[in-house]
Amino acid sequence: MQEPKKSINYNNLFIYFLAFTSGFSIMCIELLAGRILAPFFGSSVHIWGSIITVFMLSLALGYLFGGKLSTRSASLTRYGAIFIIAGLTLLPIVTSSTWLMESIFLSVEDSRYGSLLASTALFFIPTIILGMLSPYSVRLLVRNSNESGQVAGKLYFVSTLGSALGTIITSFYLVLWFDINTIVVSVSLLLSLLGFITIVVAKMNASLFKSKAQRDISHA
Amino acid sequence: MLNSAGKLIYGLYFLLGISIVNNAMAEVIHSERSLYRNILVEDKGDLRCLKFNVKSNKTRQSCLLKSQPQRLVFNYTKQLLTGLLVNPKPKRILIIGLGGGTMSNTLHQLLPDSYIDNVEIDESVIKVARQYFGFLENDQIKTYSQDGRVFVKRALLKKLQYDWIILDAFNGDYIPEHLMTKEYLEETKRLLSPQGILTANTFSSSKLYVYESATYKAVFGDYYQVSNPDNSNRIILARNNGLDENLYKEQAAIEQSESITKLAIKLLTIGVDAKQLYKNIKSTATHQDWPDDSPVLTDQFSPANLLNIDGD
Repeated sequence: MQEPKKSINYNNLFIYFLAFTSGFSIMCIELLAGRILAPFFGSSVHIWGSIITVFMLSLALGYLFGGKLSTRSASLTRYGAIFIIAGLTLLPIVTSSTWLMESIFLSVEDSRYGSLLASTALFFIPTIILGMLSPYSVRLLVRNSNESGQVAGKLYFVSTLGSALGTIITSFYLVLWFDINTIVVSVSLLLSLLGFITIVVAKMNASLFKSKAQRDISHA
Repeated sequence: MLNSAGKLIYGLYFLLGISIVNNAMAEVIHSERSLYRNILVEDKGDLRCLKFNVKSNKTRQSCLLKSQPQRLVFNYTKQLLTGLLVNPKPKRILIIGLGGGTMSNTLHQLLPDSYIDNVEIDESVIKVARQYFGFLENDQIKTYSQDGRVFVKRALLKKLQYDWIILDAFNGDYIPEHLMTKEYLEETKRLLSPQGILTANTFSSSKLYVYESATYKAVFGDYYQVSNPDNSNRIILARNNGLDENLYKEQAAIEQSESITKLAIKLLTIGVDAKQLYKNIKSTATHQDWPDDSPVLTDQFSPANLLNIDGD
């Protein structure tokens, strides 16, 4: 009776760690967003208005979609796939931000709407995907309705802690040590790598379960 | 009885003391919290100053003498006028960072035929300049409430050109980091007319000095530095088409020109000694005071505020 409980805890710890990383990544990217937009749209107060609006809106949608997705055959494999997709959707920030912002700058004169459009083009999709991870994590962690509140609380705690650390580490140190593109690529690689590891873990779990089941059958 | 008389005398002394202190102390005649900072207008006798975020001693201010508003009070504003010695007749001038508008007023007085565009991100600063510092606007002097970088980019699209660009957007507390990068300086350089010059008020007391110097050199090549005798402040003076090989020859040529002599007389009336300005000009071709391999600030890497933290 003891043994399976232990292995479940180990898995859960891993999921909490992943949620922490997604929180970290979201705020790291949001903080860099101000720097990315500034050359074309300046650093007036409304630039941060645009950025925060887009991030909040896409997180809201991400929570909704992630929750919905978790109702249909939720699995660790799919969870890992979301991480990989999040990592990939961050890459256009590095590869295409300059021409994207340039063309928006040329077509929209008002820097309020220009910055809103640019932050939508660059950050809307990756932030939706990153937002999906939170409700999906809850689905993977909750075993019975009695503990669901506590699990959700712990998850918010861990991912928001990640956000706080992502904010301070990026603004205090990372921008002092690295180029913006280097930081974005690193976050993208980190998320993809974690997604890949998650899928490997899921496969290992499955084969472990399979062999255990076979053992149980042969014992019977 | 004696006791109460003593109290009365103490009281009188106390009142007297307060009034003396009050006379010597600055009187805040206007304060407001704008979207970007706290704005304070202070009167201290004849001196009126615009201050941002008072508590810091790094705060840079814009001041004028109420009795002689055209006289320049601060050294760095005088140093900025060195630009006129190199380019005596700029037709179109762009000032990024308004402050009290004293620079714009002074230049209009010196060059009544020139066109001046002022760019200031903070609408409240523009209002304060108009209300308390006699900031003058007319058909030739325009003000744009916009981010400096955005203004420069839009001006490039409109194919505008300026003979003199003055960068003074830093108040000492917070540096808009996108206004200190190589890409930004390249944009302002493209906005200069072929003979155009750029002057910038810079940071000389922190790690940022080296980065900023290297960035200007990467864009403009060698440039002039104008420092105070005590090195507390440095102005960068860069030319669009580079520096002449021989600064002294050039200086001599300038000194002999008639328009410069006229200018020098004009400058003297507003408290600027042109001779002193000449003395303080140094070319980075001969006086480079930072290592050659210093890192350059770019849009990708521009932690200007973090570099400016530890002044030494």
